[in-house]
Amino acid sequence: MQNVYLAIVLAPLLAAIVAGLFGRQVGRAGAHTVTILGVAISFVLSAWVLWGLLAGSIQPYNGTVYEWAVVDGVRLEVGFLVDRLSALMMTVVTFVSLCVHVYTIGYMHDDPGYQRFFSYISLFTFAMLMLVMANNFLQLFFGWEAVGLVSYLLIGFWYKKPSAVHANMKAFLVNRVGDFGFLLGIAGVLFWFGSLDYATVFERAPAVAGTQVSIFAGSSWSVLTLVCILLFIGAMGKSAQVPLHVWLPDSMEGPTPISALIHAATMVTAGIFMVARMSPLFELSTTALSVVLVIGATTAFFMGLLGLVQNDIKRVVAYSTLSQLGYMTVALGASAYAAGIFHLATHAFFKALLFLAAGSVIIAMHHEQDIRKMGGLRRYLPVTYWTALLGSLALIGFPGFSGFFSKDAIIEAVHHAELPGAGYAYACVLAGVFVTALYSFRMFFLVFHGEERFDAPTRSHLHEPPLVVTGPLVALAVPSVVLGWLAMEAVLFGGFFGDAIFVLPENDTLAALAGTAGTATAMLAHSVVTPTLWLALAGLATAWFLYLKRPDLPGRIAARLATPRQVLEQKYYFDAVNEHLLAPLARGLGGLLWRTGDGAIIDGALVNGSARLVGWLSGVVRRLQSGYLYHYAFGMFIGLGLILAWLVLGIGRG
Amino acid sequence: MIEAVIFYFFGAVLLGAAIGVIASRNPVHSAMFLVLSFFTSAFIWLLLEAEFLAIVLVLVYVGAVMVLFLFVVMMLDVAPDRLQGGFTAYAPQALVIVALVVAMLGVVLWAQPGQLSMLEAPPRAPPDASNTEALGAVLYTEYVYAFELAAVLLLVAIVAAIVLTMRKRPGLKAQDVPAQLAVRREERVRLVRMKPERDE
Amino acid sequence: MIGLSHYLTLSGILFTLGIAGIFINRRNLILLLMCVELMLLAVNFNFIILSRFLDDIAGQVFVFFILTVAAAEAAIGLAILVVLFRSRPSVQVDELDSMKG
Repeated sequence: MQNVYLAIVLAPLLAAIVAGLFGRQVGRAGAHTVTILGVAISFVLSAWVLWGLLAGSIQPYNGTVYEWAVVDGVRLEVGFLVDRLSALMMTVVTFVSLCVHVYTIGYMHDDPGYQRFFSYISLFTFAMLMLVMANNFLQLFFGWEAVGLVSYLLIGFWYKKPSAVHANMKAFLVNRVGDFGFLLGIAGVLFWFGSLDYATVFERAPAVAGTQVSIFAGSSWSVLTLVCILLFIGAMGKSAQVPLHVWLPDSMEGPTPISALIHAATMVTAGIFMVARMSPLFELSTTALSVVLVIGATTAFFMGLLGLVQNDIKRVVAYSTLSQLGYMTVALGASAYAAGIFHLATHAFFKALLFLAAGSVIIAMHHEQDIRKMGGLRRYLPVTYWTALLGSLALIGFPGFSGFFSKDAIIEAVHHAELPGAGYAYACVLAGVFVTALYSFRMFFLVFHGEERFDAPTRSHLHEPPLVVTGPLVALAVPSVVLGWLAMEAVLFGGFFGDAIFVLPENDTLAALAGTAGTATAMLAHSVVTPTLWLALAGLATAWFLYLKRPDLPGRIAARLATPRQVLEQKYYFDAVNEHLLAPLARGLGGLLWRTGDGAIIDGALVNGSARLVGWLSGVVRRLQSGYLYHYAFGMFIGLGLILAWLVLGIGRG
Repeated sequence: MIEAVIFYFFGAVLLGAAIGVIASRNPVHSAMFLVLSFFTSAFIWLLLEAEFLAIVLVLVYVGAVMVLFLFVVMMLDVAPDRLQGGFTAYAPQALVIVALVVAMLGVVLWAQPGQLSMLEAPPRAPPDASNTEALGAVLYTEYVYAFELAAVLLLVAIVAAIVLTMRKRPGLKAQDVPAQLAVRREERVRLVRMKPERDE
Repeated sequence: MIGLSHYLTLSGILFTLGIAGIFINRRNLILLLMCVELMLLAVNFNFIILSRFLDDIAGQVFVFFILTVAAAEAAIGLAILVVLFRSRPSVQVDELDSMKG
């Protein structure tokens, strides 16, 4: 089996190397053929592994492939942990990646960096698989940083565009903040658990749970809480939770397939996956779960609000992604890990679908992204229209669609949670449902319905993009619709993840849910009596009323609510605070350290100072070198005299 | 008794010769005094049962090294008065240094007379004992590597001395075989295309 | 009776005379070399004296090697002197200060 897992990981890497280093030799067609082949191999094998695990013909695997080094008893190794959790992630990642590969053929058709692009996305698939399949923290960190690197490269793919370069720098720096916490968390794990291996660490977790550590004088922290919060800071960076979310909307500067693959479907879910993987640690710390819950709820609601005022089609989807990531985080905080991962999977499909649909619109509109300049596109882009409709319905949680099951499970789980902050979280996620429906269909109506607001030359070129673009849309639409029906019962209540996820009995919010909404039909029936469904429908209706029925109203509302609108358009001033307060502070600190620490002390005193000292000393010693032989002889005799004197006195003493 | 006579006589000559070496105005005289001091040293060494080294000192030092000294002194042919004449000028400094060294040696030699006198001389070796044989017995066994090293050192010294002093004289008529072998055709033969002369 | 201290005193005086010679004849390189020979002779004396009184042949082996090294030193020293004299018309130590720092 180890060879199969190796093949899953290495096929995309090999393809990336071929497309990246020999792009000129293999040509454009060669580049996309080899990378699609690599990812396809990964997908088929991953699906086969997942199927085998579900059917019971394959046992979960946890083994070391390669031992890199042993340092003081700590083993640094490359290993795979393949259970149902990672198998599900592998399948989702490779499937979305495959769709994006195919779609890219159409989207990047005219781009000069064609081979480079394929190499990057294949490399990304490799990195993400390494992350997901890791069985130790070191490899997790490797994958974590590798996806961060590829994300950086891809956001700045059009490196001649200043805004893209700015955005990729921003993404990189914000992620550094999170990664710093993550690294500290891993260091904490190594320090207190004495191992980097998942299984060993989880085994020792209950024993470590009682340990306290004093960080600041007078305050005592539980070690587990500390480690979990530090790890979660890493997840906040990668999964774009408040306040480290600022990079994700800007990352839309990258090509659309990337927005779909990395910044919606896969990489940003790495944090969610990581927390779910660490469930044996998080479960033991109520404080950490509470933090996760509150942060997630804040992200879910407030980032959704921002989606209401955006006019760039991709940015609307980006804020929707932020909001949905918040939902997943909330699920983790409420110990409904299965629901979080389930939402992750359904979201991966419908969000990738929405992004690719947005990309399709962008292609058709000749890279125009402002939704105020669209409208009525339904007639010109029928396939895109219908798939986007399905994706939007899934996103808002319309009954029967995949998003409905996963999101409703999360909301109900939060309802049952008893952690500190659960009430706030419940309010946030409920309000989030309304907001989600509102912004999703605001965008949908503005793009596909209403009057046509584009000019004549654009209209004359408007037509459905080729099959390589629409094919992945259809392929993604299918799971977006049916995945909920098929998998909901097994994943949420059927113990699908087995031992991969650990939940304390008193925290098991999903079990509490099983009585009222244990099956798909029961959940549908139950939804009628919960506020969720009605909020979603209300949001949809509001969007219809404001943007189709009375298109004059939004402007007037905006004028009346100038101050809140201003706050929203400035994105709660996060960027302003970062740029005008934190960045100058950091720069000032850096400058201070540079001038005094580096300039004055290291360069001035140590480097140049020692050189000057040697120079001065040589200048003094130089005078002794008269060049006359007898002076040297004289020196020799003085030395001889001293040695003799020492010997003689020594004899006298002895 | 005869030992004391020999010691004092040759010791006095040795010290006189040493003073001659350092005080003589003429380098040639200094060298001759040095030869004398080596000779007298060899006599005292005989008294100390180091017959082989005494002979070697005379043969190697007097016979080779000192001849070399004399040769160089005479070859360089430096005017005596230019070189000497510092005796009185530098004597005070020399006296200070000498006083220091004497003081220290004095402490070692005479301040602990008990320690030194404990070392009584072992009985004399029988007349037929061979010092050369005894020295050879250890030199070729225990010290054989050091001995070989000394041989190499001498070889290096020979080579170094030759390399240092050898010089190419211009206009020397000698055959340079490598240069002859390395010669190329272009250096020796020049083809000249000339117009055939015509009879007018 | 001639004892150890007599011999050691003799070699001590010889050594001191060598040192004094170096200071008195500091201007003449050849005489400096001769004084060094004198001092080496004193050192050899010590080895031989103690070899006799300790009844240990190793002292004589040492003298043997010192004689070798001294011969090599004299040869090379004189060679350097010859080369030096060839390049400048004097062996006055006062004038040899090109190594001045």
